[in-house]
Amino acid sequence: MGDWKTITVPVLSSDSKNILPYTSERKRSPTSMNSHVLRLSLPSSKNMHSFFSAFCTEDNIEQSISYIDRELTTLGFPSIYAESKGKELNLIAIINCMNELLALQHKNLRAQEEVEMQHLKLGSDMDHLQNCYAKLKEQLELSKREIVGLQERDRQLQSKNRNLHQLLKNEKDEVQKLQNIISSRATQYNHDMKRKEREYNKLKERLHQLVMNKKDKKLAMEVLNYVGRADGKRGAWRTDKTEARNEEEMYKVLLSEYEQRQGQLLLENAELKKVLQQMKKDIISLLPPQKQKPKERSEDGLVLSDQEEDTGELNKENMWEVSCETVREQLTNSIRKQWRMLKNHVEKLDNQVSRGHSGSLNEKDVISREDHELETEKLELEIQQCKEMIKTQQQLLQQQLTCDDDTTLLLQDCYLLEERERLQEEWRLFREQKKNFEKERKSFTEAAIRLGLERKAFEEDRGAWLKHQFLSMTADCKSENVTTPSAFLRCKYLVQVMFLHNSDPDIHLVKPASRQRKPHLVWSPPVSPEPCQISQYITQNSVASEKPAADNMPNLWVESDDKEETE
Amino acid sequence: MNFSELFKLSGLLGCFSPDGKCLASCLQHRLVVRDASSLQILQLYTCLDQIQYIEWSSDSLFILCAMYKRGIVQVWSLEQPEWHCKIDEGLAGLVASCWSPDGRHILNTTEFHLRITVWSLCTKSVSYIKYPKACQQGVTFTKDGRYMAVAERRDCKDFISIFVCNNWQLLRHFDTETQDLVGIEWAPNGCVLAAWDTCLEYKVLLYSLDGRLLSSYRAYEWLLGVKSIAWSPSSQFLAIGSFDEKVRILNHVTWKKITELNHPATISNKKTIVYKEVEKSPTVDRERLSFPPTRALASSLFSTQSKYEISQVPVSLQYIKPVADRANPKVGVGMLAFSADNCFLATKNDNIPNAVWIWDVRKLKLSVVLEQLCTIQYFQWDPCQPRLAVCTGSSRVYLWSPAGCIVVQVPGEGDFQIMSLSWHPSGDSMLLLGKDHFCVCYLEREEV
Repeated sequence: MGDWKTITVPVLSSDSKNILPYTSERKRSPTSMNSHVLRLSLPSSKNMHSFFSAFCTEDNIEQSISYIDRELTTLGFPSIYAESKGKELNLIAIINCMNELLALQHKNLRAQEEVEMQHLKLGSDMDHLQNCYAKLKEQLELSKREIVGLQERDRQLQSKNRNLHQLLKNEKDEVQKLQNIISSRATQYNHDMKRKEREYNKLKERLHQLVMNKKDKKLAMEVLNYVGRADGKRGAWRTDKTEARNEEEMYKVLLSEYEQRQGQLLLENAELKKVLQQMKKDIISLLPPQKQKPKERSEDGLVLSDQEEDTGELNKENMWEVSCETVREQLTNSIRKQWRMLKNHVEKLDNQVSRGHSGSLNEKDVISREDHELETEKLELEIQQCKEMIKTQQQLLQQQLTCDDDTTLLLQDCYLLEERERLQEEWRLFREQKKNFEKERKSFTEAAIRLGLERKAFEEDRGAWLKHQFLSMTADCKSENVTTPSAFLRCKYLVQVMFLHNSDPDIHLVKPASRQRKPHLVWSPPVSPEPCQISQYITQNSVASEKPAADNMPNLWVESDDKEETE
Repeated sequence: MNFSELFKLSGLLGCFSPDGKCLASCLQHRLVVRDASSLQILQLYTCLDQIQYIEWSSDSLFILCAMYKRGIVQVWSLEQPEWHCKIDEGLAGLVASCWSPDGRHILNTTEFHLRITVWSLCTKSVSYIKYPKACQQGVTFTKDGRYMAVAERRDCKDFISIFVCNNWQLLRHFDTETQDLVGIEWAPNGCVLAAWDTCLEYKVLLYSLDGRLLSSYRAYEWLLGVKSIAWSPSSQFLAIGSFDEKVRILNHVTWKKITELNHPATISNKKTIVYKEVEKSPTVDRERLSFPPTRALASSLFSTQSKYEISQVPVSLQYIKPVADRANPKVGVGMLAFSADNCFLATKNDNIPNAVWIWDVRKLKLSVVLEQLCTIQYFQWDPCQPRLAVCTGSSRVYLWSPAGCIVVQVPGEGDFQIMSLSWHPSGDSMLLLGKDHFCVCYLEREEV
């Protein structure tokens, strides 16, 4: 293909500047496609007309047409001439060619646009990348500088550290030196002090001698009269005996002190041993019984049984009285072992509880969480109730205790009044009852009197009737000359009747008064011995049987008996 | 609480008799003996010179008055006022004087500690103890009065001699491993003797009654050592206060340290109660103001009332750093006292001079801190109950007991500064000693 840029179009000289700079520009910018891109751009509207008219004028129509035909054929289009080497133009061909050219133009434009877009994108990408690169370079620079700075600081710190170590060492050395100095000075001072002290002692001795000498001349103590000793004893001479006694006294004092202390320590020891024993028992009781699972816990079980045997033996031995080394060790060792077992047990329980919390199924002796919660709720409720009860009771107590005096007095008065009224009520009842009893008593006495009178009258009537009967009978007998046995029998019968009748009317009379008694009244002196006895017995009976009945009654009957007897 | 009126006093010399019936006080060269409850003057004695020291005999029948300048000791009898006794040391001079436990011998220490003379009031005999040590506490008697220990120094070595007080016979004489023995003290049970070394060396030695060394305790080297020592009343504990502001307690079974009690400037333990004395501004009655103001009104206006407040823990106390280049610095635990029932220990750290620290001995923990406005001058436990009386140089007396603590202002003129105090043997009253006056404070049974 020809070099498109070297189109020499004579008429385009004025516009060549427009086109050429474009194309040359395009050539400069590097693209990846590496193809010569023709940028076809329509010139500005100003030049449009001149451009269109510049190529083909009236003079060179044929030339232009042939040129165009040549170009088109080289492009691959069909010739615009109707026939080859003819002058007539194939209009259809021309139009087709124009259409093709337009389509091509459009396609090219589109391609150009695409290319431009891509170009722009690539350009911006490149910009972006360049910026990134620049930033990274900056960062790298910064980091490098930082590293350098840190290294510098590190170096400084290390040097400082070294300096400080050095200083410390120096200080330690100085301290050691000073201590040495101090000790040496101390020894020096001590030596000097001792020297001075010796000198001073010498002076004191000298002074002492002088003072003693002078003292002999003057009496140092004058006292009106000597006072007796505080404990009344006389002074003793200083002898070996007294010295020995002093020693003895001193040792006695010391020994008593030691014995006292030993006693206290023994007591303490005994108490502590008791406490340890108690602790051991408690620990054993806390541990779960090991006997059910002998296989798994055989060693523990054995150990426990050993322990139990030990405790049994030791208890038998009265541990707190034996205080030898081995027994003490045994006790402490056994407690340690059991404490360890208890600890293990508690840890196991803890693990179980934690496993239970995590939700997995547990052995039956672990309480499920819900049950546990229910129980705790129940217990809480109980506690609440108890607390409320306690509160109410406390309030009541408070009320009782912290009432003012007035209210307490009032309360007490109220109580007293209540009691008083109650008592009064009772008294009233009592008095009523008493009155009733009195009335009854009166009525009974009246009744008894009436009864007595009636009886008397009745007896008299009976006596009269019997007499009459007897008389009539005897009269009949006399008149009828009836044999004495029948008359005697009749008499006997009469006597019996009389006797029997003695009892009946009394019974009839007495019954309304009381149910329980069967008193018997003496009727007449002739029939006295048996009835008397009977009456005695019956009065005794009546007296005896009176007790459940009303109080006044036996008196009444005894009185009436007496009355009757006296009659 | 009742207060008696103020009586004149000189030299802080006032004390109750051991039987509690009388009170002796000094005024220049006069010795005044009063009844302890009514403060009526029972006897009045005149001595030859200004009295520097008085002491009751153990049976409360005699009082000795020592006049160091003249070297004279005068002894007065309460039963027989006309009885007199004068002991003149003459040229030997007098530095210290004390009674023996039986109340019939007087031990005089002559000047330069040349010797200790034992004068007997019963017989004409005189005994001498040579080479006594010139130290803080060189002579100590057992509680039952049987034995006396004396610190001696011969040929630049320290010795201890134990004498039987009955007949002043030497029982034991042994040397101690100390550099410069500073003090000795018997345990209340009379069987153990504690000896401690100079403050340049921390060393506490424990000797049995028969002279054997039971144990030796040394907490540290080089720093200043022991400042104060106290035995517990049951002889179970020995509390050692040292210059490093700590108290170390040794037990009587092993003689090893069972605990260290610290005295830090900041208290942060929540279980410690801190009582702080705060000033109350005095209330003035408007109507009673008059011009010119009366003396009583003036003193009541200017005297500050104070009360105790409980401070919230953590509390920081006033800490004083002492001057470094002086000898005997005000550092470390300088005062130690166990209560009579062995339950409490009161201490004072000289670095924190305004505070009294009360420790519970059963728990070995700090239970109470009393923070005062002024420097603590003196404190003393009640001989019967766990009650502590504290004085700070103001005209107020402070009482603490496990039930609480109170501040009591001594009524009267405001310039009575209480420098020291002394309990009555029964615990019912207290003698408050000031520079020029003293007064007696009577406590009711239910108080505190």
